[in-house]
Amino acid sequence: MAACLSPVGAVRVGTGVQKFAFPIFLILLLASIALAWAPALLWPNKPLLVRDVLAVVGVVAFVSLFAMFAIWWERKVAARIQSRLGPMRVGGWHGWAQSLADGLKLFQKEDIFLAGADRPLYRLAAYIAFVPALCLFLALPFSTAWIARDLDVGLIFILALLGLGVLGVLLAGWASNNKWSIYGAMREACQMISYEIPLGFALLVPILTAGTLRLTAIGDLQDAGFPSWLAFHNPFLLIAAVLFFVATLASCKRAPFDLPEAESELVAGYHTEYSGFRWALFFFAEYAEMFAAGALAAILFFGAWHSPLPAEWGRTWRSGPLWQQALHGVLFSGPLWLIGKGLFFVYVQMWLRWTLPRIRLDQVMYACVQVMLPLAMLNLLAHAVWQWLVPADSLLAQIANGVCTAIGAVTIVAILATIAYGLFHRRRLVGTLVVDHRPGA
Amino acid sequence: MTAAEHAVGLSVQEIASLLQARFADAVLEVDADSKHPGIRVAPELWHDVALFLRDDPRLRMNLLRCISAVDLHPQPYIEVIYDLLSMRPPASSGGPSRDLWSCAGLIAVRVRLPRDRAHVRSVADVWPTANWHEREAFDLMGVTFDGHPDLRRILCPDDWVGHPLRKDYVFPTEYHGIPAAAGGVTDGAGASEDH
Amino acid sequence: MTDIDPQITGETMPAPGVAPGTLHTEDLLVNMGPQHPSTHGVLRLLLRTDGELVVEATPHIGYLHRCAEKIGENVTPVQFVPMTDRLDYLAAMNNNHGYSLAVEKLCGIEVPERARYIRVIMCELNRIASHLVSFGSYGLDMGAFTPFLYAFREREYIVDLFEATCGARLTYNYLTIGGAAADLPAGFLDRLAWFLDYFEPKIDEYNRLLSYNYIFVKRTAGVGVISAADAIAYGLTGPCLRGSGVRWDLRRCVPYEIYDRFEFDIPIGVPGGTDDIPPEVVVGDSWSRYYVRMLEMKQSVRILRQCLRQIPDGEYRAKVPRVLKLPAGEVYLEVEGARGQLGFLVVGDNGPIPRRVKVRGPSFCNLSIIPHVCRRVLLADVAAILGSIDVVMGEVDR
Repeated sequence: MAACLSPVGAVRVGTGVQKFAFPIFLILLLASIALAWAPALLWPNKPLLVRDVLAVVGVVAFVSLFAMFAIWWERKVAARIQSRLGPMRVGGWHGWAQSLADGLKLFQKEDIFLAGADRPLYRLAAYIAFVPALCLFLALPFSTAWIARDLDVGLIFILALLGLGVLGVLLAGWASNNKWSIYGAMREACQMISYEIPLGFALLVPILTAGTLRLTAIGDLQDAGFPSWLAFHNPFLLIAAVLFFVATLASCKRAPFDLPEAESELVAGYHTEYSGFRWALFFFAEYAEMFAAGALAAILFFGAWHSPLPAEWGRTWRSGPLWQQALHGVLFSGPLWLIGKGLFFVYVQMWLRWTLPRIRLDQVMYACVQVMLPLAMLNLLAHAVWQWLVPADSLLAQIANGVCTAIGAVTIVAILATIAYGLFHRRRLVGTLVVDHRPGA
Repeated sequence: MTAAEHAVGLSVQEIASLLQARFADAVLEVDADSKHPGIRVAPELWHDVALFLRDDPRLRMNLLRCISAVDLHPQPYIEVIYDLLSMRPPASSGGPSRDLWSCAGLIAVRVRLPRDRAHVRSVADVWPTANWHEREAFDLMGVTFDGHPDLRRILCPDDWVGHPLRKDYVFPTEYHGIPAAAGGVTDGAGASEDH
Repeated sequence: MTDIDPQITGETMPAPGVAPGTLHTEDLLVNMGPQHPSTHGVLRLLLRTDGELVVEATPHIGYLHRCAEKIGENVTPVQFVPMTDRLDYLAAMNNNHGYSLAVEKLCGIEVPERARYIRVIMCELNRIASHLVSFGSYGLDMGAFTPFLYAFREREYIVDLFEATCGARLTYNYLTIGGAAADLPAGFLDRLAWFLDYFEPKIDEYNRLLSYNYIFVKRTAGVGVISAADAIAYGLTGPCLRGSGVRWDLRRCVPYEIYDRFEFDIPIGVPGGTDDIPPEVVVGDSWSRYYVRMLEMKQSVRILRQCLRQIPDGEYRAKVPRVLKLPAGEVYLEVEGARGQLGFLVVGDNGPIPRRVKVRGPSFCNLSIIPHVCRRVLLADVAAILGSIDVVMGEVDR
């Protein structure tokens, strides 16, 4: 009797190749990033066409890899928040190959067409949603030299492409010949377009400070260590950073603004009638946009590809032997830092999604028009006045810088500490039920 | 502790007397001592009795718990039973009171209708909850409620034929081409017929 | 885009109060269900919407009709008990209990003391389990995915207890005519005590996670307000009625079984601003109905602790003849199920098989208020209202 009431479970770790599958994968990934560092040195010598092809291939590869990783990661993050484990079997170590398996499955699925669907538009919608999300990575810098096209108007280009995604969603909703999809599409159009206004106002603030739209220039402004990150110059930039983040949440249709894909009301919103690879395209587009939003936040406000250490300290390493350059990339400024910061913001987005309920559409619009828009406008005005009146090296500016840096440091340390605490105590927090009842691997 | 024993307020006998005082021939039978105490009223006067039961300050039968239709085959009657309950608010009113609402009377009102002409006036305007209960009684037992705002089937499909809970109900052999052998296995050939 | 299906514009199924053929087609007629993630079962809601505003909502039920009442006229009471499980399948013990009480009252069977305590323990545990599902799926409807998993985690402990007792996790067939089908296993009471100590602080945790969450309050407070008079008129019972401020619970007002031996409160909806209730809350709104369920879980824990102290040893079932003969007569008995007053009318016929079994499903009556409440609300609010009324289609359709 007591036995039938006590927990049952035995855990076996995968043996042989399975045990090493993930570490091998990780090493390959890091090696590829590190080795890819080298061709950047050869770039100026290559003919333009080859360089562009390399850039496009690199962008597509990165986005695909990232999307696959992010899907797996979202499932793990969601699971841990929900007191369960997430993928555990596919590939051996914490189901790292789950995305691969899902991708293969979606790829070979039957292409289902609805009888009443508008065929050309139905096909087109998926591509229109996906392609802008890919294209904006062409202008997104991963470091000073790691950029496909260093555009003068890089920021506007990225914003424009983010906005183009609306068209794909609208077309998807309409072409599906499904009333629920139309609801999703209408809500989404409403939401995304409205939130681009506070987004723009929030973006204008760092542009005012930097005086340029070129993303590499904005990034290079922040190479003097943690206090030089744009978000910590004055309180208005800090507010702009928060506004920007919230506005991108709404733009990317992430919770709490995920009304367009509100599962419990609209089944799946605008992509209800999509299955197989077309659905995967929407999905990929969403994760690509998430990373782009995180990377933009990092570039504009949080130090771009620079580490919290001032680049001054490692200046000599930049022109030293290859191993010194690689170390410089890891310690002071390099693409790894931007990817890391982008991942961090993606993680915060996932965290919010699995914690908060969904906001209703009229409340979303109220928040946009009556709360965020006036706040963003006033913030811009106040920042402009500050920049006009307060010289860059005055005491007031330094005090503001110090206070904001302190706030930022405390926040970031608190978040990282919470994550570490959760990681350290995951057995206790996930719940004894999961640990005891976990099926054998 | 049965519900009947715990009911404070008026007993079935008292309610019957009140009704007999108000309506001359309404109460045809009083059954106060059985396990389901109640009265039987004449179908023609049921609506007026219902209004009285709900509105009279001594009775205030505000909760219609259930409408059940019982087929009294082989007797040629269908009996519709209305279970009523009086919910009294607590004595002290105003502000969040910690007192419970109390049960001030339970009664079952029966209406006996002939099977071939089962008509009775609807009480959906007296107790809005009767709307769906009466639709169910119509659907499953075939009792027609005159004056019901929307009397149509609620549980069975709209094109169903017959009233299933009647004792003389004959199960259909097929529905929209799907064969239904009562108590037997469906024929394989029949199942592959597509419609 | 195809035209609106003529089958649903009025010729075969006119909307209530509108003559067929006069429906104007400017508004959008949308079907929510029968397969839909948020309709809690096979419910079809026909919505007439003006953009995002729902002008009219008509529920169409019957998709889960399994002719339980007809079956009740063909099997013996003991054979019908498993059918009662499938009415409100989330709180199946309460259904078994109600039907068994009705048949025992009809036949005059006296249930032993220990069996009564076992019944109360099982019913209250199942009430907690059912409210957990309601809490979790309401969060899911509102977009908060996590509380659902937490609710099911706690429910695993309860369901483990049930499985140890009767072998089943959802439909138990345990509280049968005369008492319980088997005695409690050894170690059950200790495990129950452990669970109560583990679970009680969790309710506060879930309140902090979901109930007081600003977004959740904004979605549910003030939405779908049902006045007390409307609630009683439409036959609402259970947490829906108590959310409208009516302190009415069969376990205290018309006590059955041994509920008069226990001390417990009946939580009701209170206006916002008092205690720790958010200020936007109105008595009778969706938040109140939801919060009443959270508070009821605490009261169930309280009852269970008292059961643990008071339960005696003894028989777990009365001596019931193999072929139970139902005398001529009828009985109507209601119990307080997880969703409201669950009533059973059993008409005996001097034989082993009843003449009529009528089930009054609380969700059947609770659902009938949807057309009245869902007028001129947003589409997202329909999900909020439906989730707060917490219907289980098993007892709507039977």
